[in-house]
Amino acid sequence: MVRVAFTRHLHRFFPALGETALVDVDSANVRALVGDLDALYPGLAGYLCDDAGALRRHVNIFVDGAPIHDRQGLTDSLDHAANVHIMQALSGG
Amino acid sequence: MPTRGNTLLLGTRKGLFVFDRIGRAWRLSGVSFLGIPISYAMIDPRTGVLWAGQDHGHWGAKLSRSSDRGRTWAEVPPPKYPEGEVIRNSMMSNDPTAPDKPATLRYIWCIAPGGDDEPNRLYIGTEPGGLFVSDDGGDTWQLNRPLWDHPSRLAGQWFGGGRDHAGIHSVIVDPHNSKRVLIAISCAGTFETTDGGKSWTVRNNGLKSSFLPEPNPEVGHDPHLVVMCPGDTKHLWQQNHCGIWRSEDDGRSWINVTETGGPANFGFAIAVDERDPKCAWVAPAVSDECRVAVNGALSISRTTDGGRRWNALREGLPQEQCYDVIFRHCLDKAGDCLAFGTTTGNVYYSDDRGDRWKCLGNHFPLVYSLRFA
Repeated sequence: MVRVAFTRHLHRFFPALGETALVDVDSANVRALVGDLDALYPGLAGYLCDDAGALRRHVNIFVDGAPIHDRQGLTDSLDHAANVHIMQALSGG
Repeated sequence: MPTRGNTLLLGTRKGLFVFDRIGRAWRLSGVSFLGIPISYAMIDPRTGVLWAGQDHGHWGAKLSRSSDRGRTWAEVPPPKYPEGEVIRNSMMSNDPTAPDKPATLRYIWCIAPGGDDEPNRLYIGTEPGGLFVSDDGGDTWQLNRPLWDHPSRLAGQWFGGGRDHAGIHSVIVDPHNSKRVLIAISCAGTFETTDGGKSWTVRNNGLKSSFLPEPNPEVGHDPHLVVMCPGDTKHLWQQNHCGIWRSEDDGRSWINVTETGGPANFGFAIAVDERDPKCAWVAPAVSDECRVAVNGALSISRTTDGGRRWNALREGLPQEQCYDVIFRHCLDKAGDCLAFGTTTGNVYYSDDRGDRWKCLGNHFPLVYSLRFA
């Protein structure tokens, strides 16, 4: 199972993420992961990706500690034991 | 329905603040979305539903509505650009060979109710230039194709002003004919439909845009805000990037009424009287090149004769050390009451058409939108 950890910022909009914000899903790549998460937390995909499906500019997804390569198509594959972190950039004031 | 002017909605860089009028004073009755930028907020006078567009730095533009004036909110799916739509590389691009970009929702500029005879219709004006229409009370939104496919946009004649891409900030439904809608785009100009959005006609005749190499194009102007006199709907006004214009023929031609030698020139906001089409207010800043209050003093300029003469109203407003700018949706009028909010978080109101002003507060976040309800 892929284990996903979320930035605390997303808890405000998706309280169902809970305090630990660790979710186990079985997704083959990042695109599928976003779809699976959206099924669990309706609307979440729209927070992570824009209308065209690209990762939003100030959102980062890390797989096993490394940022994904394909921010447009989210084709990065996921090992069945991958650790995913969904984070936001530190920007603004 | 309560009288318009008894509620004030302040959409700011750090949340939505709702005020209710208590006698001659205003009381803060609620704060929503604290810490989140609110690009625009309004109450639909037909339903009482409070709408708020959010501009999350990280998570994109979102849309929420409340049926209890902000006590509880529901997020509704925001407008979505259809797959494959693109932002045309514009005539103002610094790289004419740059490829078109995917069109995605960048910003909710304004939310407007449809006519009284179409209670489920709402409009949203967005960056990068899409007008979205809902006919189910805001549950779902459709891109208005005829405007999006207007030859001027396809030819790259729409471009960004203030933000990266063209944006629709003004949507006005004629209160006597809901098939007639005017919209304004920074930068492209004003467009009118008289068939409910099936076709659109450019309404820029008479404008002059000194920032363009050829200052009189049909399309490519920067109306910062367009307003209509509800009591005499052939009368329109616009605070433009290059001055102030008004029309007395449904927007078919525009007359330059910029003040000569006075402050009523550059600015963003404009309001027109509900009944007297010759009476309007603007919120001047120095110039395009220097966007601060004129001479370090806050003032609102008013004309009562169709822009022949402007009078700077200053009583009750600070007259030194002011650097505030009043953005386009941050000046509003309801009856004899006016209010404005600034980039420095100052909010003032007047109960006598701008003759005298009182302070509502000086420490709000930057104000993006101030609307009466």
